[in-house]
Amino acid sequence: MARVLVVAEHDGKTLNPSTAKCVACARTIPGAEITVAVCAVDAARLASEAGGLQGVQRVLTLEDPANAHPLAAVLAPQLAAAAAGYSHVLGPSTTFGKDLMPRLAALLDAPQVSDVMGVESTRRFRRPIYAGNVILTVEVEESAPIIVATVRTASYAPAPTGGAATIESAKPAAKLPTHTTFVGVSQAKSDRPDLQTARRVISGGRALGSAEGFKVLYRLADKLGAAVGASRAAVDAGYVPNEMQVGQTGKIIAPELYVAVGISGAIQHLTGIKDARTIVAINKDPEAPIFEVADIGLVGDLFEIVPELEKLLS
Amino acid sequence: MRRILVGIKRVVDYNVRVRVKADGSGVAIDGVKMSINPFDEIALEEALRIKERGAADEVVVASVGTAECQQQLRTALAMGADRALWVDSSASGAPGGAADLEPLVVARVLLALVRREQPLLVILGKQAIDEDNSQTGPMLAALWDRPQGTFASKIELADGRAKVVREVDAGLETLEVELPAVVTTDLRLNVPRYVKLPDIMKAKKKPLDTVALAGLEVDSRPRLKAMRFEPPPQRQKGVRVKDAAELVAALKQKGLL
Repeated sequence: MARVLVVAEHDGKTLNPSTAKCVACARTIPGAEITVAVCAVDAARLASEAGGLQGVQRVLTLEDPANAHPLAAVLAPQLAAAAAGYSHVLGPSTTFGKDLMPRLAALLDAPQVSDVMGVESTRRFRRPIYAGNVILTVEVEESAPIIVATVRTASYAPAPTGGAATIESAKPAAKLPTHTTFVGVSQAKSDRPDLQTARRVISGGRALGSAEGFKVLYRLADKLGAAVGASRAAVDAGYVPNEMQVGQTGKIIAPELYVAVGISGAIQHLTGIKDARTIVAINKDPEAPIFEVADIGLVGDLFEIVPELEKLLS
Repeated sequence: MRRILVGIKRVVDYNVRVRVKADGSGVAIDGVKMSINPFDEIALEEALRIKERGAADEVVVASVGTAECQQQLRTALAMGADRALWVDSSASGAPGGAADLEPLVVARVLLALVRREQPLLVILGKQAIDEDNSQTGPMLAALWDRPQGTFASKIELADGRAKVVREVDAGLETLEVELPAVVTTDLRLNVPRYVKLPDIMKAKKKPLDTVALAGLEVDSRPRLKAMRFEPPPQRQKGVRVKDAAELVAALKQKGLL
């Protein structure tokens, strides 16, 4: 039997959809008995949301005033104490999980398996390496005290609601450090859907030419109810903020529809979109590598095509 | 001595598209161009800039691996590092040297170097572009029991503290940490400098010391076993449409509009 602890990601009010995806991954571990750990200042609402995910038997709340912000150095010791007796600890492969889980793994003296995209047995997992150019099947040796893993959220559909888990609170005896202070977070206000969970995403590349150029994409995105992403080149050029980057070192997404506009399709970008159901590419270069993976390709000037699409969809 | 320790990993160059060996036993990297992991290059650039601003006195680079990784350490010295440490892992039992050492083992090795060098700051890449693990930085910070600032896009040092701006999913987060600390780099922290020919000549005279992995008394036994390497499933090649109207029609046909 596997006793799996899933670390919940949240903003203090609601769970991040990555949590339901980690639960979905946990359910594929043979014989999994799933507990979700919620670290928060006040965990009541988050715990009942987590407890409603199908497959979750138990929710463990870890409440502390120090948990107001997701600081890895503060959360890791609490979770390390709470993880005693579990066989697996899973967290999402988001910036939250990538920051926290290796710190937790080291405290547990455990090896970590990053970006799990498939579970083959309680110890054997599939994961992408080399920007998704290679799929590695890796096995954790019996000598590991516990298995820590991050879950490639784009590989899993969220666990459905309708469960009814028991909720317990834990007070792990962990000494919390004071060497790290949260100063603030700045984020662009947007009414558009969240890039990581949107059913439709439109992304722009360097060919958009400027922050101004991206406005044609925003208008089309609003017609489609789509989120807007970007290639690394567009973020590096300063056209859009970092949180819009899609790819190996940005966000990995799996929308139903992905429209790549003026993106050549470097392998580092393609790894972020390979789970998209349908990929549309609009690019003036007919040889652009993006056309190799596109389900529908359109060669032409984006500054003519995108406004025309917007008109056709009105 | 206010010292910065920078980790350097030798990886397959960013522009190389790797292939899986026919028998699925590994990735074919014979004769392939190798480079410093791009995030580590950014880490070194940042360390050099901190030193040039007068906020540090010495930049030490370290790499764990077989003899070949000395090439990347020489490049790091040519970029401006003061000295280099090569942790020779060829006797570790891991068949391919550093590439087969797990992140937790590398973190233990770095901790041993930290105990010797007593750095003010350790800067590492947020991930290596070969295995994409993204683990070593936070693991070192945990073992060292010090703060971490991962995915940094800005680092400011003042009064024994570092202010780190981090690229997170929500946007930009700012943390303040007490030093010493571990920082991992994101893409937009800086643009690394080019190495000039005279610097390559000068680098040959800079110290590059060998440290035997065995001498560090680090548990380097592997606990992750690579079972199989496979190419990813390929997407079917799609269709071309000639204009926006055809595109809309094609999307409607697929039920996407």
